[in-house]
Amino acid sequence: MLARRIIPCLDVRDGRVVKGVQFRNHEDVGDIVELAARYRDEGADELVFYDITASTDDRQVSQDWISKVSRELDIPFCVAGGIDSVAVAGARLAAGADKVSVNSPALLRPDLINELQDAFGRQCIVVGIDTFEQDGAYRVKSHTGDPDKTRETGRMTLDWVQEVQSRGAGEIVLNCMNRDGVRKGYDIDQLKAVRAVCDVPLIASGGAGATAHFEAVFRQADVDGALAASVFHKQVIAIPDLKRDLAAAGLEMRI
Amino acid sequence: MSVLIVDTKCANLASVGFAFDRLGITSMISDDPAQIMAADRVLIPGVGSAPYAMSKIKEAGLLDTLKSLQQPVLGICLGMQLLFETLDEGGQLVDGLGLVPGRVTALETGHLPSPHMGWNRLSNLMDDPLTADLTEGDHAYFVHSYAAPISDMTLATTTYQNPFTAMLRHGNVRGCQFHPERSAETGAAILKAFAVL
Repeated sequence: MLARRIIPCLDVRDGRVVKGVQFRNHEDVGDIVELAARYRDEGADELVFYDITASTDDRQVSQDWISKVSRELDIPFCVAGGIDSVAVAGARLAAGADKVSVNSPALLRPDLINELQDAFGRQCIVVGIDTFEQDGAYRVKSHTGDPDKTRETGRMTLDWVQEVQSRGAGEIVLNCMNRDGVRKGYDIDQLKAVRAVCDVPLIASGGAGATAHFEAVFRQADVDGALAASVFHKQVIAIPDLKRDLAAAGLEMRI
Repeated sequence: MSVLIVDTKCANLASVGFAFDRLGITSMISDDPAQIMAADRVLIPGVGSAPYAMSKIKEAGLLDTLKSLQQPVLGICLGMQLLFETLDEGGQLVDGLGLVPGRVTALETGHLPSPHMGWNRLSNLMDDPLTADLTEGDHAYFVHSYAAPISDMTLATTTYQNPFTAMLRHGNVRGCQFHPERSAETGAAILKAFAVL
């Protein structure tokens, strides 16, 4: 039986791991390789690195730290940030990333997803979606790394989910922006709605604050993985305890 | 004790090399037929699509070399699937290396998400040096949409909607459908055992 995945997310800016609240006011939480090694040792199932200013600053994630992380890790990891072509994605994969995640560049040019699938296969193509709920409607935003540069895309979240998987996404990470960093729980209603139209692995992101939130999102929204940042960075939740508690609650986990 | 990683032009070569580095085992990456033939152990990595991988192997002039390997061989993920005679990718039949008999087909996932991605359990472990340090139910990291059926070559099975071959052995040739280089202690035990076969 496939285990549910616990995925710490490391937002990277200028070579350091940072964390903000609702995508603002970032503070430094540590060195990339040290944090990666710590999460590996604690039993994280996978790591995601977002170079959060790559798209807004019009540059790409550094291959140097990808290679250092790959050297340390014996679990998979995904890299995101400004990946806007087959060549750029290929260099990240060659440096040792297992998957690449695209967000803003795919919104600007959706054919990018097809091109990446054709080149590398869908198993390593993740599409990140930053979704914002307003008046009960779910809409996609882009360039969320810098609040001053965030754009409306005019796309509805459920439509975009279906489009990216038909174009070749192998996994979808749904970042529910209203919940980011506030630790009040995942957006179960929205994740359930996305799960219903999503036939590739789905990862929940935004809102984790307690063990019960993880149990709820796995049970009620049936997501494949749950991503979180601040609760792990600030050691509010210890990953070994979390996984043990979820396993004791009857969820399939890798202990 | 050294391992040659074949540069199949379509794989996570660095990750596999780093995994051996962590174990203190010397590895080299090569696409040179003479070096491959002379190597003590040959690892065939691969990700992506079978038609693309086979065309790259042919382009690199490695087809005859890889078909005639006599030393211990380990195929990983797509690299394991390429060991077979035939790969059925979405109705397109692709000739593999033919080092093991049979055909790779689409993994029937029913209502479950596809690709099969994440940590799943190894079951029905058979005796082999590569499984000697594994325990029934150990987790390994999978990411794939195609799989080999269970046969008398199967060393371990995994179930995702249906059971399939997670590890196999046919003479000198072995394979892992999962990624040992990304499967924590489970994967390290397998790579270490392969290096000292």
